[in-house]
Amino acid sequence: MVSAERVWEALADVPDPEIPVISLVDLGVVRDVEVDEERVRVEFTPTFLGCPAVDVMRDRMEEAVRALGGEPQIDVVLDDSWSTDRITPEGRRKLRESGFAPPAPREAAGPTLVQLQSHAFRCPYCGSTDTRLENIFGPTPCRSIRWCASCRQPFEQFKTI
Amino acid sequence: MSAQAPPRPELDVVLAFADDELILGWRDSEWTGIAPFLEEDVAFSSIAQGEIGHARALYELAAAELGTDADALAFDRSPGEYRCAPLVELRLVHDWAGTIARHWLYETADGVRVAALIESDWPELAGLAAKMDREEAYHRMHAQMWAERLRSSAERERFETAVEELWPAALGLLEGEQRDRLCELVGREPVEAIGRDEHTDELGPLWDEMTMVRRSVPGAAW
Repeated sequence: MVSAERVWEALADVPDPEIPVISLVDLGVVRDVEVDEERVRVEFTPTFLGCPAVDVMRDRMEEAVRALGGEPQIDVVLDDSWSTDRITPEGRRKLRESGFAPPAPREAAGPTLVQLQSHAFRCPYCGSTDTRLENIFGPTPCRSIRWCASCRQPFEQFKTI
Repeated sequence: MSAQAPPRPELDVVLAFADDELILGWRDSEWTGIAPFLEEDVAFSSIAQGEIGHARALYELAAAELGTDADALAFDRSPGEYRCAPLVELRLVHDWAGTIARHWLYETADGVRVAALIESDWPELAGLAAKMDREEAYHRMHAQMWAERLRSSAERERFETAVEELWPAALGLLEGEQRDRLCELVGREPVEAIGRDEHTDELGPLWDEMTMVRRSVPGAAW
């Protein structure tokens, strides 16, 4: 028998295709799970609209639901109700351990270049805040590149959305 | 479109917006591998991916109303049916000053357009526009940073000349009061706009290349 709790557990084992240290549940992109007999409805929001991993995420969530004997329906919600603030504390810890600085909290006005150029972002390797923006854009839409002047290495910063 | 409901008046705006984002995304991607330095290679590739992602979401929204799908809207229309503005059609690869001038003008105009769509009565469009705005904030930041950089460089004149040349086409991205807002934001006087009535000669070759796979192998998936 499928239960919402078991679906959440299964989705917590589905890794993000591009940052596999973190699961889709840690990333906070699974918004809701509703179970009605075999039918399992999962509500999900991509981090960025242009995220190339969206279709892979959808397929893997469907596989995870089917493995429990459920019939999946993945609804993609494309609005502003999701933010990187929903990345769980556990997710943030995993990101940091893998060399990704977690996103700064969202502010109503949105981020500014001055903020990104400030020294408020902590290096995930050595903890120093003596870091600077190298590139607003990185290997995927959700990441920026920063440089740590203290331990002298680049790291990736999850963008605030 | 359902049988009774009239087409939403904003459908044309959504399609024009989607076409702008798709074609500009294509043009931006032409810098992949050949930008002036590695950071900009990454940046323009990522911006291109962002614009094409926005085009996809907008096409999906329009497709649900029109009873078709996003790929059909993106690739199965003839060049004359696209509603994109001439500004995004221009092939500016190898002209960095022109590329940054367009980027800055486009992103500024896009900010005006998105801010208006966030207020739409069409809930899905308003929600999508709000999410897009969060992402476009990074594009605007990048464009602003580069505009300031070129203005304070030895290439200042090339940049300003490019802005001057592109300005009528930039104004043509918007209509009505939104044009006034763009004039304020970029500090320029209104001129006669080059709008969406006619395409440039540069759309045809882009369309040929962009739709080649789709036309060669209908229904191809990968």
